[in-house]
Amino acid sequence: MILDVRNLQVKYGNVKVLHGINLAVKPGEIVCVLGANGAGKSTTLNTICGLVRPSSGEILFDGKPIQRLTAFKIVEQKITQAPEGRRVFGTLTVQENLDLGAFTSKNRDRVQKSLKWIFELFPRLAERRSQLAGTLSGGEQQMLAIGRALMSNPRLLLLDEPSLGLAPVLARQIFKTIREINESGVTVILVEQNARIALKLAHRGYVMELGKIVMEDTASALLENPDVVQAYLGGAGA
Amino acid sequence: MEQFFTQLTNGLAVGGIYALIALGYTMVYGVLKLINFAHGDLFTIGAYLGLTLLASLGLTGNVGTAGGIFFLVLMVMGLVGVIGILLDRAAYKPLRTSPRLSAVVSALGASIVFSNTIMLVYGPSPRVYPQGLLPTHVFYVFGLPVPIMRIIILATSLVLMIGLYLFIQKTRTGTAIRAAAIDQGAARLMGINVDRVIMLVFFIGPALGGAAGVMVGLHYGQINFTMGWIYGLKAFTAAILGGIGNIPGAMVGGLLLGVIESMGAAYISNAWKDAIAFFVLILILIIRPTGLLGERVAEKI
Repeated sequence: MILDVRNLQVKYGNVKVLHGINLAVKPGEIVCVLGANGAGKSTTLNTICGLVRPSSGEILFDGKPIQRLTAFKIVEQKITQAPEGRRVFGTLTVQENLDLGAFTSKNRDRVQKSLKWIFELFPRLAERRSQLAGTLSGGEQQMLAIGRALMSNPRLLLLDEPSLGLAPVLARQIFKTIREINESGVTVILVEQNARIALKLAHRGYVMELGKIVMEDTASALLENPDVVQAYLGGAGA
Repeated sequence: MEQFFTQLTNGLAVGGIYALIALGYTMVYGVLKLINFAHGDLFTIGAYLGLTLLASLGLTGNVGTAGGIFFLVLMVMGLVGVIGILLDRAAYKPLRTSPRLSAVVSALGASIVFSNTIMLVYGPSPRVYPQGLLPTHVFYVFGLPVPIMRIIILATSLVLMIGLYLFIQKTRTGTAIRAAAIDQGAARLMGINVDRVIMLVFFIGPALGGAAGVMVGLHYGQINFTMGWIYGLKAFTAAILGGIGNIPGAMVGGLLLGVIESMGAAYISNAWKDAIAFFVLILILIIRPTGLLGERVAEKI
């Protein structure tokens, strides 16, 4: 297991939002996390990234506990996130955004290689590298958010709603690139509302409801599971 | 013509001082969205520390005038910068997750503590910078007189501003500061140690304010423990004028306010100097609330 989340609990003030999450990811996998709004998907990702402190439970990365590390230390462990809503630095240029993605990287050659690779994945970013990120289209901002998260050469990439607000054709393009990124050896955890497209991409999936994992299976099995179809794939045979 | 030129150079010198103080407001606001109301008092502390160091170390005697002022400004910047970090630790850091109003009240409290401490240490009556130690040479530019102190002050503030601008725009750490100002959470996800960025901002801002304090002492000769209030207010106006949170904005706003004020004092009425400055603030808030350089790039959803 590259990532092993054990009995993770999170409280916001007095409100418990995660009631003991168990989640395991093997190296090289794409694991998707499905669930309605407020199920705790983003909280789970943000807790793994160190933005949110768990009240109890363990997060093991390569067998080492990381749940007490601050966010910037977790980036050094090679876990990065492209957050929900993209959160690009709007008044900085595309190039500056990418440079910030490599903030923890000391090895200049390695950074140049990452940059070259990202421009191959998203040629659009290369064209717009001196433009302010806030002037990009939604799809381009998502490319930038993912590219930025790849700059530090992560082993585990967390993607929170990468298709949010994108036209279907753009979403498909982003998902195709996610597969490419995964095939190059990056393990991916994908949180998505768009369950069908996510399950087609992923190897395995988890379903979350109200801060609990209620289901866990291979992606193909989930695609055919009547409960999942009913709740997340828009009804029977749709 | 001579009066215009005199007022222009004087306005630029005072404006440079406003700009340096304004940078402290704008940098802290940029990262924490907090108006550091104790910033004016840090400026005053700078002026008093400058007085103490100038009088006790005899700097200008040992390394010459320019060198003396250089070391004086540098030492005061370092000291006031450290006080700035301590201020953040004591008054703001414990309130980081509290409602914003708590930090504002804490800032006002810190301001009172600072000004009263200065009064207790240095006494309530105004103090005078030892004029005998400072150069009084007058330059003639196109036949018009410019006192050397005015040139030194303008040059020092320009050097500090250009240095800060290059640091913020060109270095890795500077980019990290800009990123933390835009979105702290996203900055953390980049691996930026935001706590360290905040600490750095609370060093740089007060350091520049402290430098401005020394320059007021050098420029006017006289300082008092309440002067941080009016200078703070003017610099705050300058920061709003340029667009709060915007670093070049604070520089432009400060220089502009200095010139407007000094022209107003000369051609309208000296007594209305402060009123003119705040009239500019009101105008800006009505016509362009984001300030001259304040920008707002629409976020795409």
